[in-house]
Amino acid sequence: MIEVSNIEKSFDGTPVLKGISCVFETGKCNLLLGGSGTGKSVLLQCIVGLMKPDIGSITFDGTIYTNSKVDIRQEIRRKIGMLFQGSALFDSMTVAQNVEFPLQMLTPEMTPAERRDRVEFCLKRVGLEKAGDKMPAEISGGMKKRVGIARAIAPQCTYLFCDEPNSGLDPATSIKIDELIREITHEYGITTVIVTHDMNSVIEIGEHIIFLHQGKKLWDGTKDEILNADVPELKEFIFSSSLVRAAKKVDDESEGGLAAITENDTYGSGI
Amino acid sequence: MLKTFGTFVLFMRGMVTRTERFSVLWNRTIDEAILIGVDSVVIVSIVSAFIGAVTCVQIAYNLTNPLIPQSTIGYMVREMTILELAPTITSIVLAGKVGSSIAGGLGTMRITEQVSALEVMGINSTSYLVLPRIIAALLMFPLLVILAMLLSILGGYLAGTLTGVMTSQDYIEGIRMDFIPYNIVFALIKAVVFAFLVSGISSFKGYYTTGGALEVGAASTGAVTNSIIAILIADFALAALLL
Repeated sequence: MIEVSNIEKSFDGTPVLKGISCVFETGKCNLLLGGSGTGKSVLLQCIVGLMKPDIGSITFDGTIYTNSKVDIRQEIRRKIGMLFQGSALFDSMTVAQNVEFPLQMLTPEMTPAERRDRVEFCLKRVGLEKAGDKMPAEISGGMKKRVGIARAIAPQCTYLFCDEPNSGLDPATSIKIDELIREITHEYGITTVIVTHDMNSVIEIGEHIIFLHQGKKLWDGTKDEILNADVPELKEFIFSSSLVRAAKKVDDESEGGLAAITENDTYGSGI
Repeated sequence: MLKTFGTFVLFMRGMVTRTERFSVLWNRTIDEAILIGVDSVVIVSIVSAFIGAVTCVQIAYNLTNPLIPQSTIGYMVREMTILELAPTITSIVLAGKVGSSIAGGLGTMRITEQVSALEVMGINSTSYLVLPRIIAALLMFPLLVILAMLLSILGGYLAGTLTGVMTSQDYIEGIRMDFIPYNIVFALIKAVVFAFLVSGISSFKGYYTTGGALEVGAASTGAVTNSIIAILIADFALAALLL
């Protein structure tokens, strides 16, 4: 479990995160949802340690991460796997070498044979067992994301962070990536945090959703609760999605639940 | 300016604190030594051989006084090559080739989040990416400068004898005349200092690249120009201090 407590972050005097507190639950896909420029990625970077928050604390399973000693931070970082928006695969290495890299660096006690086995297992787990010898430039965007996931889980991470895992992917591939993240989260019981603005992902894997708006946390709950949330900004965000609008239209015609949920709100009326 | 220098000092300090395992650094250093050293042999050889040849021909053109022995040409080629041309011109050439490659490579890694990926894994990215490049440069620059010295003097010999401006005997007599071994030491000290400047400045420019492809190009250009200016300033300072 990751606890974020009263995090604030400013850039050149402009506040980006304004006192965010939230909890990311173990064994669940926790979604950081919000529009562009709401501070989702900044919050994620603060949590993984790529950025230092101005105020506030972050705790990983009871261990305080912010302002702790380098050794403690290193220990926690080694339990973190991250899938970057652009995959961030190392260009000069093959797919297999990319997956092997964290094992080489973080687990020197593993023998080369053990590492090879682990790489094979991880690539097979993401369905890329035959792509090990390819270079990142030779594979598609969806495959790069899967390699990124394989690299993240290779050292048996406890926390998995995904920064917009569906960006640049077609809907079918997006769903596959979402499913893969959900399966891995449940299979290994890890704490997964996903930054997204994609309502498809909310519907697909949103077990615990935190909605950010203008640097503030406005709502958190499950995907079943999100359509009932009484937060205007969240409703505006949800119904700005073409998919949800289309679903609502179908619901309206068939008197489904979505129509009932939105019958009194101003956002639904214009759709 | 002062802030940039402070950031550079912190960058260098971060590189040597919390370093990665020796075996990792060793393998990375060997890889970088191949890129910096072995891959630069051809360009350094061509440049140094022609510089030696041109130096010889131009000195011969200017030395028209019959009272000055022809062997002076060989002597002057040797002195100019060892003291200045081999270490400085080689380093400037390497600033263009290696410096832009280091800055471009690190800049691309930065904007494609590969540096962030290393940091998230708990790997000290400056130690992993920059330290091997600097060590490799410190090892390879002196070797390339020695190669440049040899090929420059050989180029002068070939140019002098093949064009008929002097005899083989005169040239060899000239390059053996009044030899001061310290000049070789001085040239190698210059090579080490220039290696640090080129690799350090280029790494710094590349590592702190922000933005996109345009900024990577700007970082490469900045790395080359700043490295060359630093080489020239250090060249003067070392000459004033050590000669």
